[in-house]
Amino acid sequence: MVSTIFAFINAAIIQGIPLLYGATGEIITEKSGNLNLGIPGIMYIGGISGIIGGYLYEHSTDNPAALACILIPLICSLAGSSLMALIYSFLTITLRVNQNVTGLALTTFGMGVGNFFGGSLLSFFGESGSISLITTGNYYKASLPFADKLGLFGKTFLSLGFLAYAAIIIALLTSYFLNRTRMGLNLRAVGENPATADAAGISVTKYKYLSTVIGGAIAGLGGLYFVMDYTGGAWTNNGFGDRGWLAIAIVIFAIWRPSTAILSSFLFGGLYILCVYIPGLSSSAKELINMLPYLVTIIVLVIISMRKKRENQPPAHLGLSYFREER
Amino acid sequence: MSNNEKHIHEPLFHITKRSDIVWWKAWLIRLAAIVAALFVCAVVIVTITDYNPLQVYKTMIEGSFGSERKIWILLQNLAMLLCISLAVTPAFKMKFWNLGAEGQVLIGGLASAACMFYIKDSMPNWLLLLVMLFASILGGVIWGIIPAFFKANWGTNESLFTLMMNYVAIQLVSFFIMLWVPSGSSVMGVINQVTGSGWMPDLFGKKYLFNILIVAVLTVIMFVYLKFSKQGYEISVVGESENTARYIGINVKKVIIRTMIISGAVCGLAGFLLVSGTNHTISKELAGGMGFTAIMVSWLAKFNPIVMVITSFLIVFLQRGASEIATAFRLNESVADILTGIIIFFIIGCEFFINYQINRRSKQKEAK
Amino acid sequence: MCVGSAAIELRGITKRFGNVVANSNVSLSVYGGEILSLLGENGSGKTTLMNMISGIYYPDEGQIFINGEEAVIRSPKDAFKYKIGMIHQHFKLIDVFSAAENVVLGLKEKGKYDIKTVSERVAEISEKYGFDINPDKKIYEMSVSEKQTVEIIKVLYRGADILILDEPTAVLTPQETQKLFTVLRKMREDGKAIIIITHKLHEVLSLSDRVAVLRKGEYIGTVETAKTDEAELTEMMVGKKIELNIERATPENPQDRLVVKNISCKNREGVNVLDEVSFTARSGEILGIAGIAGSGQRELLEAIAGLQHIDGGEIIYNNPKTGSADNLRDKTPLQIRELGVRLSFVPEDRLGMGLVGNMDIVDNMMLRSYRKGKSFFLERKAPKNLAETIIEQLEVVTPSAATPVRKLSGGNVQKVLVGREIAAAPTVLMAAYPVRGLDINSSYAIYNLLNQQKKNGVAVIFVGEDLDVLIELCDRIMVIGSGRVAGIVDGRTADKNKIGLMMTKTQGGNENEQ
Repeated sequence: MVSTIFAFINAAIIQGIPLLYGATGEIITEKSGNLNLGIPGIMYIGGISGIIGGYLYEHSTDNPAALACILIPLICSLAGSSLMALIYSFLTITLRVNQNVTGLALTTFGMGVGNFFGGSLLSFFGESGSISLITTGNYYKASLPFADKLGLFGKTFLSLGFLAYAAIIIALLTSYFLNRTRMGLNLRAVGENPATADAAGISVTKYKYLSTVIGGAIAGLGGLYFVMDYTGGAWTNNGFGDRGWLAIAIVIFAIWRPSTAILSSFLFGGLYILCVYIPGLSSSAKELINMLPYLVTIIVLVIISMRKKRENQPPAHLGLSYFREER
Repeated sequence: MSNNEKHIHEPLFHITKRSDIVWWKAWLIRLAAIVAALFVCAVVIVTITDYNPLQVYKTMIEGSFGSERKIWILLQNLAMLLCISLAVTPAFKMKFWNLGAEGQVLIGGLASAACMFYIKDSMPNWLLLLVMLFASILGGVIWGIIPAFFKANWGTNESLFTLMMNYVAIQLVSFFIMLWVPSGSSVMGVINQVTGSGWMPDLFGKKYLFNILIVAVLTVIMFVYLKFSKQGYEISVVGESENTARYIGINVKKVIIRTMIISGAVCGLAGFLLVSGTNHTISKELAGGMGFTAIMVSWLAKFNPIVMVITSFLIVFLQRGASEIATAFRLNESVADILTGIIIFFIIGCEFFINYQINRRSKQKEAK
Repeated sequence: MCVGSAAIELRGITKRFGNVVANSNVSLSVYGGEILSLLGENGSGKTTLMNMISGIYYPDEGQIFINGEEAVIRSPKDAFKYKIGMIHQHFKLIDVFSAAENVVLGLKEKGKYDIKTVSERVAEISEKYGFDINPDKKIYEMSVSEKQTVEIIKVLYRGADILILDEPTAVLTPQETQKLFTVLRKMREDGKAIIIITHKLHEVLSLSDRVAVLRKGEYIGTVETAKTDEAELTEMMVGKKIELNIERATPENPQDRLVVKNISCKNREGVNVLDEVSFTARSGEILGIAGIAGSGQRELLEAIAGLQHIDGGEIIYNNPKTGSADNLRDKTPLQIRELGVRLSFVPEDRLGMGLVGNMDIVDNMMLRSYRKGKSFFLERKAPKNLAETIIEQLEVVTPSAATPVRKLSGGNVQKVLVGREIAAAPTVLMAAYPVRGLDINSSYAIYNLLNQQKKNGVAVIFVGEDLDVLIELCDRIMVIGSGRVAGIVDGRTADKNKIGLMMTKTQGGNENEQ
């Protein structure tokens, strides 16, 4: 029984990590006033870019080195998702296109690219079957050497790949950045009231670009974690599912706080697989349990709008573009 | 001369809002964007496949118009996408971001499927169809009215709310499929395969003609509603300026809720057409992302239902064409999504050059 | 009395916006340890002048000297460099941030960012000058006065030596004003140069060392406060009466149409914007409302139109048709109309409230009348005819009736709006600043329209800012200050200086005079 509970916690964390990356990235983006609905697409890109990088490397050498196996997909993933976020930024910030439309188009595009290369990469090299980068996956999955020795605790909390810990550290750093640094203060000001920020000498455009691109890169790591660690280097089309949207839900659930997003992600991760751990559950009831994260998010959204507590509101300028001359 | 000093501080490019643009210039910019987009698409396809781009375009056209059957499929897809685009348009015109069309369609479809599943052939088909239609519309309305109610009363962010509602709908559909399919398989087979109860009848022997006609009529109705009805006028006023709406005594809350009822109802209708007139079954992928694509279709058409026929045609043509390329060149179906994305990026991006004008600092002004 | 070079000196500053001269050849100077009042009516160019010092505009002609050296101020950043800080009328603060966070926003200080040290320094500054502020309090929890304090501290934190305050007392209660003045006096002792923009004479007299007066963009002169009095300042400010030759007919058979009794309302901060306002508007008469901008004019008209909730009082409408007297308080615009009240309203915000900028003239005509009839569909024929009539009769310059109104010039936009409101055959017509931004010809066209309505027996309420116009056009003029009625005078016998004095004198703050 106890071991089941610990196994469940472990699984919840593993499920929660990609969500945490997505949520952290989206929080940074939204703090600048950009509602990036392209995050689900960006996460696909983050995954597939890593896969492509890893595949090309694994196939170019007979003896893949550990460091390269980790670094090459990592860099590819960051580059791919940054590029996607850059497209979004250019369209919404410079060309002032509607953010919702751009974001949704980006998600269509990103999932398309992901599934396209995921499905056809091997055929380009005259191979068949499905992608499986076991070597790279194993490096990503490598857990701390002493994890096994610490019993249940070690198995549950220390057996994860390095990207899992990185996710938590990044979320904590983001929290620190937003609340304890000068740039974080400026960034929040941009999302709340760009005209005031502008008057205070803050470059609104620069902050919006940077936060969207960095946010996109972080979200992309969620995709990378999923394909490298969770599935162990394998790609299945649409395997990532609706996790990107769940990440956006977490942003609301955590009321735009990265530190709260950590536990929220694990909670949502837990809900995502809860049905597996409840014995004797009918398959239809499982689907109802999977509905919970979204229902809970809606309830949170409604409550914060009813209570009108100012700290808990979305950034005031979320979803709007800023044009100085319209002041 | 007096303004020289002021200009020194300005950046090299100065962007101002255009007050006016000649209509042909605007369309020239849009055309240029589409041409540029097609060019980029060609580059992408050639890079991945090494095929002659002309060959690729030919295949695309064949995929859409190659045979009578393909034309019918094209028209059917066009009708469905157009229907959902029509649904989201009144809400958008009011600046209500209904990102929940996907869910509203699903619930509509689910309601139809439930009627088919439970009622079967225990009532005449025409009556069953009416019941399904009613149930679907009701389902869509419920899904649309919930976020509208909270938006109207507490200002709850509607784009996030409707987005979440999509996934509640998806899970609800999965729940019922699990309930209805005894084997535990997550795929629902064709409902009433033998009796055909609740199936939209063929018209003149054409399977999709009914759907297409309904949507064609709906397009005209929506156009007239938005442009010539008092309610449509109220929607425009609320969308343009809530202050003006209050000034002339429009009840903004009422308009928000009423408009989302319409939006949800049309989505529900789309769900009915998809289940009864197209698939004869229900799945999570019933709307297949059309709820999101519809948002782009409506936006590209500037909320004009007649122009939406063109924009949705453009998207459907691309998707059909791309899936033909995929089969012909043995590529992955997803290439369609890539091309759609590229085209949309270009078309939405080009609106900037229509709405804004870039003034380069002239040399004369720089010299003092 | 002042030795050495001025902290800031302006020489021959001129600024034009298109054809409008906002400032013409203005020269003035302020020394350290001195408070200078900049006095002038609305639209006299005070704020424009100060915006040139704080780097928002750049002067077309003239020079600025800081401590005797010529300075070029092209941006707010340059102004910071010269230690100039401006406290705007509209606060530029982030609501969800604390006071301390707002103070450091955008600042590139060296060293580690630590909000605690900032709070300490804010507290230090507060203590030095006698501010009463909690650095950790969020802006949205603050009163207007506290927000203003944050703005001042923001400027001081950046080390400003020259402070400009744009109408700082407009939003304050008398007690808060006293507090502010105490603080400003302490700053003067500390050697800061302070410019305060205002039009409240008693404040000028009680606070400042010297007064500079602007009128319609022209620099009139600077006088030492000790050697002047209210009468002289008022005359400098409003000038001699100018004949405008606006026609004015004698009201025929005036009847009480709208009786407003003791209405009050508060703004979001809980300050009274309307305080026990009572007056009567009569048919066949133009009632003018004079007052400094923001004295409650907007709230008053919106309360009558059913757009503003009031906390107390009554608005009685005497219906000439039925003879009944209806209370309009807390009725929606639609309910008012359903009562049979024919109330027309030309709001101050023409394109944001009165008209929809993106709609064409025909569709804008329908705003008032589209509900007519039981049909589900709009009837565009009548509005189209109306649009064409208005275009023809009021000589609206437009390509066609299908042109979006935002593309029309200001005067033509106003003609469309006024034309529509008049077309509804009102019994009460309220117009807020209907000639603001209009050229002379358009202005006279509007005066004629109002006069015509008056002749038709309409009760016209005209909120204006130009006293000469009010005196020539209106039968009676109600003067309001800080949401209170300062008095109602007859337009035919009104004295411009007297009205000016009534406008600038506010109750409650009078104890500093003499």
